[in-house]
Amino acid sequence: MSHPTSKTGNLDLLEAEAMLVIREVVAELERPVILFSGGKDSAVLLHVALQAYYPAKPPIALLHVDTGHNFPEVLDYRDRVAERYGLRLEVARVQDYIDDGRLVERADGTRNPLQTLPLLDAIAEHRFDAVFGGARRDEEKARAKERIVSLRNEFGQWDPRGQRPELWNLFNPRHRPGEHVRVFPLSNWTELDIWRYIERENIELPSLYFAHDRDVFSRDGMWLAVGEHNTLRPGEVPERRTVRYRTVGDMSCTGAVESTASSIDDIVRETALTTVSERGATRADDRLTEAAMEDRKKEGYF
Amino acid sequence: MSTSTLLRLATAGSVDDGKSTLVGRLLHDSKAVMADQLEAVERASKDRGLTDADLALLTDGLRAEREQGITIDVAYRYFATARRSFILADCPGHVQYTRNTVTGSSTADVVVLLADIRHGIVEQTRRHLAVATLLRVPHVIIAVNKIDLVDYDEAAFRAVDQQVRALAEQLGIAHIHTIPVSALQGANVVEVSDKTPWYDGPSLLGLLEELPIEAEELAADRDARLPIQTVLRPQQGARDPRFIEYRGYAGPITQGALAVGDKVRILPSGLVSKVTGIRIGEREVESASAPLSVAVELADSIDIARGDVIVAGEPLPIIAKEVEATLCWLSDRPLRLRARLLLKHLTQTTQVIVNDIAGVLDLDALESRPAQALGLNDLGRVWLKLASPIVAETYGQSRHTGAFLLIDPSDGSTLAAGMIRDARNPDAAREADLRLAARAEAAQDWVI
Repeated sequence: MSHPTSKTGNLDLLEAEAMLVIREVVAELERPVILFSGGKDSAVLLHVALQAYYPAKPPIALLHVDTGHNFPEVLDYRDRVAERYGLRLEVARVQDYIDDGRLVERADGTRNPLQTLPLLDAIAEHRFDAVFGGARRDEEKARAKERIVSLRNEFGQWDPRGQRPELWNLFNPRHRPGEHVRVFPLSNWTELDIWRYIERENIELPSLYFAHDRDVFSRDGMWLAVGEHNTLRPGEVPERRTVRYRTVGDMSCTGAVESTASSIDDIVRETALTTVSERGATRADDRLTEAAMEDRKKEGYF
Repeated sequence: MSTSTLLRLATAGSVDDGKSTLVGRLLHDSKAVMADQLEAVERASKDRGLTDADLALLTDGLRAEREQGITIDVAYRYFATARRSFILADCPGHVQYTRNTVTGSSTADVVVLLADIRHGIVEQTRRHLAVATLLRVPHVIIAVNKIDLVDYDEAAFRAVDQQVRALAEQLGIAHIHTIPVSALQGANVVEVSDKTPWYDGPSLLGLLEELPIEAEELAADRDARLPIQTVLRPQQGARDPRFIEYRGYAGPITQGALAVGDKVRILPSGLVSKVTGIRIGEREVESASAPLSVAVELADSIDIARGDVIVAGEPLPIIAKEVEATLCWLSDRPLRLRARLLLKHLTQTTQVIVNDIAGVLDLDALESRPAQALGLNDLGRVWLKLASPIVAETYGQSRHTGAFLLIDPSDGSTLAAGMIRDARNPDAAREADLRLAARAEAAQDWVI
């Protein structure tokens, strides 16, 4: 039998795939959690999870690894969203680890690499066995090689050479005790897909994704926010500029881009025309070495 | 803009045939490479003492790959033109070739195989082509590369084209295309080259923009299949009090379409009901088609659980207790007779015993020879006995209801990709339901 159906677009296909992955892994495992930073990718991931279980509540907790250098408007957004949907929110704090000496502040002040230990501890403490992240394969070369369902050993490590083959739409999240899987339902989305979906679904985001005036200074070709977590080095001069963020992360290494895009519509248009990748524009930590992300993933990073 | 279609392609080739360069060229010339990514490649090329940017570096993601100048694992790339978006699974040629090609091909609408015009069809091309056929990738493109090295000679291309046609006939491939390209010079990759006036076909990208997409074909003129992943019952936890009594059966429509009012059957129970509501998340719709993820409500309150399948139309899939399948063995540990494993099919997982290893495929001779065990990268035919029934069709009928994984129960690792050739239900009441092969289209003889 055949029915007249409206044309299925890219976003419908990507949403369908992400819903399938979420439902499948949640059905097969016991304690799923979404890594929720308040960034746009995690906002989209949570939205898709809400769609997958509507009108029921997704049986999934939220986990945020707080570097202590987060933008206040993002933390506020995180708490509001968890509250609105009645989801359990766990927060692992890098600051706690620095305070009691389990971690030591890095010389460059960047805390992104310090997130791995609190993340792995939180996964072990709560015995999370399916850890969902909003990472996309178009972000970075090492990510391009990761499976949608990616096995991590007891140390949280990714073994790029020992990955499971991922066949058809048959996802296999089985693992031994102590191991867990990282799951990336948005693997096949691009940055532009994310913004078009946010526009279509009218998903609320933290305000710093939109153009605003901010005191910034230039370091390594990026605009970093002036604030208590970023001390100016000699020669760095703060200035007020109209900027927005393309990614949301640690204030010490997440750069703003100059932009007047103040609505989602503006951002979709700007993203469609951009010539610089999201991480190239905004992430100092990925510029450290050619294999920076690969190394961190092997250590158990997102 | 968001209504443009999505094509999934896989690329494969043997060592040094220029695949990474071709993929890099495709990404670069379709403007999918950002300025900072290109700068990084130019910097790395200079570090290696090269004068021009080595586009192959765009796709080599891991340090070991860059150091050894090889590709280890399937990498996924994304690019778009005004007409279509593409998901590209870039499958390495030499290490673990079957495992990678099987993985990349399993979801592909089209496979692009590279051949070096100076060498023609080599052993690895045959193998890749055989795997693509086995996995029933709807379209195959052979990119005959390095034509710049033979001065864009028509006769050299025609010779390889002849080889391809002969092999395609032997394998029973219906849709095969050959294109003369130079990945290095960009000839016929994105733009049609003026150096090959004797070639009147489209460029590689031009062809990729034209090919039909399997998901769209699956949506039309097929009877619906919906494997249930989970049952949604909000009860007291409903976000909206209207839904306290709601009961929705959630899963993907793998083929066909469902509409409110449709009569459906639940398998394996065989119970009949009617669709009373369809949701895609918060959106309530009158109908939905493959491959969307939906939740449907049914008129009758019947016992349905994860693993069941909602189907429409006739003939029905078979409730299989024994399955004959072709396996791609993907593990270092060999498969032995009487092995006890897990089988995952749609949303159902059951125990199986390997009752017979009927043979292993010799990909060069394209014939079966007897075997006692299957090793890494072997393709073999087996009979499996199932602890619980699955709702099966042949792989020829459906890349969804005909496919399964074999899983190691001790550590959860994926051991094999399985494709159903035949299935039996010794308990079936009707003669017609006893055996699947009787009514399925015949598989090629060489597909053991």
